[in-house]
Amino acid sequence: MLKRKTYRKWNSRIAEAICTVFSFIAVLALVIIVYYVFQRGFQVISWSFFTSLPAPVGQTGGGIGNAIVGSLVMVSLGTLCSVPIGMAAAIYLYENPYSRLALVTRFANKVLTGIPTLIIGLYIYILIVLRIGSYSALAGSISLAVVMLPIITLSAEEMLRLVPESWRDASLALGATRRQTIMRVVLPASAGGLTVGVMLAVATAAGQTAPVLLTALSSRFWLASLGQPSASLPVLIYTYAVSPFTDWQNQAWGAALSLIIFIFILNISAQVFIALRQRR
Amino acid sequence: MREKIVTKDPGEGIFPHVTAMAAILIILLSGSIFFVVLSGAMPALKKFKLSFIFSTIWDPVLDIYGAAPAIYGTAVSSFLALLIAAPLGVGTAIFLTELAPGWLRKPVSYMVELLAAVPSVVFGLWGLLVLAPWLRKGVGLFLDEKFGFIPLFRGPFLGVGMLTGTLVLTIMILPTVTAISREVMLTVPLDQREGMFALGATRWEVIRKVILPGSKVGIVGALLLGLGRAMGEAMAVTMVIGNTFIISPSLLSPAQTLSSLIVSEFPEAYGMQLSALMLLGLILFAITLAINIIALIMVNRSAARLKAGKELVPVQISMPYGEGALVLVKKKNLSKME
Repeated sequence: MLKRKTYRKWNSRIAEAICTVFSFIAVLALVIIVYYVFQRGFQVISWSFFTSLPAPVGQTGGGIGNAIVGSLVMVSLGTLCSVPIGMAAAIYLYENPYSRLALVTRFANKVLTGIPTLIIGLYIYILIVLRIGSYSALAGSISLAVVMLPIITLSAEEMLRLVPESWRDASLALGATRRQTIMRVVLPASAGGLTVGVMLAVATAAGQTAPVLLTALSSRFWLASLGQPSASLPVLIYTYAVSPFTDWQNQAWGAALSLIIFIFILNISAQVFIALRQRR
Repeated sequence: MREKIVTKDPGEGIFPHVTAMAAILIILLSGSIFFVVLSGAMPALKKFKLSFIFSTIWDPVLDIYGAAPAIYGTAVSSFLALLIAAPLGVGTAIFLTELAPGWLRKPVSYMVELLAAVPSVVFGLWGLLVLAPWLRKGVGLFLDEKFGFIPLFRGPFLGVGMLTGTLVLTIMILPTVTAISREVMLTVPLDQREGMFALGATRWEVIRKVILPGSKVGIVGALLLGLGRAMGEAMAVTMVIGNTFIISPSLLSPAQTLSSLIVSEFPEAYGMQLSALMLLGLILFAITLAINIIALIMVNRSAARLKAGKELVPVQISMPYGEGALVLVKKKNLSKME
């Protein structure tokens, strides 16, 4: 009797220890990566690193200014395209939750989130780059918009649903039209949550490499027009990392640090916002 | 009178049409992707037909293309990654929901979710410049010298290759597997745990007999999502897999995956080669879609059980960085979720 009890106790302890060790390994592996990015990245970054063009091939020095501008432009344009469409679709899903169109849209949205972003790059390449005949920042922006659209729609519908139904009923009962109810009651009430969803979509888009590489390619100069190929942070990290030059590899760490800080700020502020609202 | 109120708001008439059009646009978008990529892949599909899948030749000079090594590389690297990530991720989720002291749970969970947002190109950078040299001097060299007679560990090891690709993929899908498994385990009600403890069960018995069975379907969903992510993952793998078009039984040998082949050759490709790359994309698309459909069928089958009386409800769990998973939760546990 006693023996059986100690056996069970030790069995449990060993299993617990294994789980603890596993989680330690998992967390450690992830922390090490972030640590490396910060440690190597901080050695590289400086003011001129952010503001200057890459040095001509073969020379050391130079910066990632054009990649930062390219990323900012493409992510902003992608956001401008995807937010209105995503919000409108979410409003439709909110207004007609069980219509046939809504069910198909939700399924299509789910399919979109599951498609590897590389495929979205191929899609925009055929649709736009081949038509225009050149890689362009515009094509890059549109591919990012396609990446962001399902994320925004999904989170926006969830956020709209969090608005108490009684508010909506009250507004309609006062004689407001459906459009007025949505625009003046539901949207303002969920504005914070909608912003969080957009921020997370922006963070996802900022890190996308494959779709941008396939549509905007890269450039070593400042972005002059949307019709031209454009540099971007993720593509720059990729090309510099696989290059044989130590100087470029070091700069890749600096670029990775800038990108990670941008993404972490967006994510952490989103988490803080969610935590604050839950407390209320 | 009533007419008047309606006409006061000129936007009212078109408003529902505008929102419905946005919804239709999403359907058109997701529906057209397959056909557009297919149109790009058509020349290669017409020329090589089914032999494309089985051929091991990729020769831009002779314009002959096949996909077998890339399909092999994608399958092996993502399944191996899942094999390692599954125990690590589920173990971490168990630790975070059942074992860790209360003050540790929230911060570590937040951290894991934050790490899921790190872009894949950053994982690739680390894999190429830190992990690969370290493996080459350490583990890889050891395996090659001591166990090189086994085909699985035959060298020479260059640092980049199947082993490095698998490990980087493992680390990348860990946050996905952990975060979703954790969410699902949290839905197992507290009184079920307390009941087991009151009966004298040890912690492990509670985990094995209450927590794991209660969240089984959700964990499988998390694993499938991780598998899908590993297969579609492009950049990190491209940077560390070695980009060599061969099928080798050795883990230490360089390899190629569908996505790494597309990314590494796309910028210089034209004509038939471009079309062949599109065909690779189409294959990748089909595989990832198949995984999603398998997940959906599993959910549907369980939904049928729901009707038969077992109260399982499909619930969409969305991750903060946009991905989501459809998991099944016992109906009475629903109140535990927000």
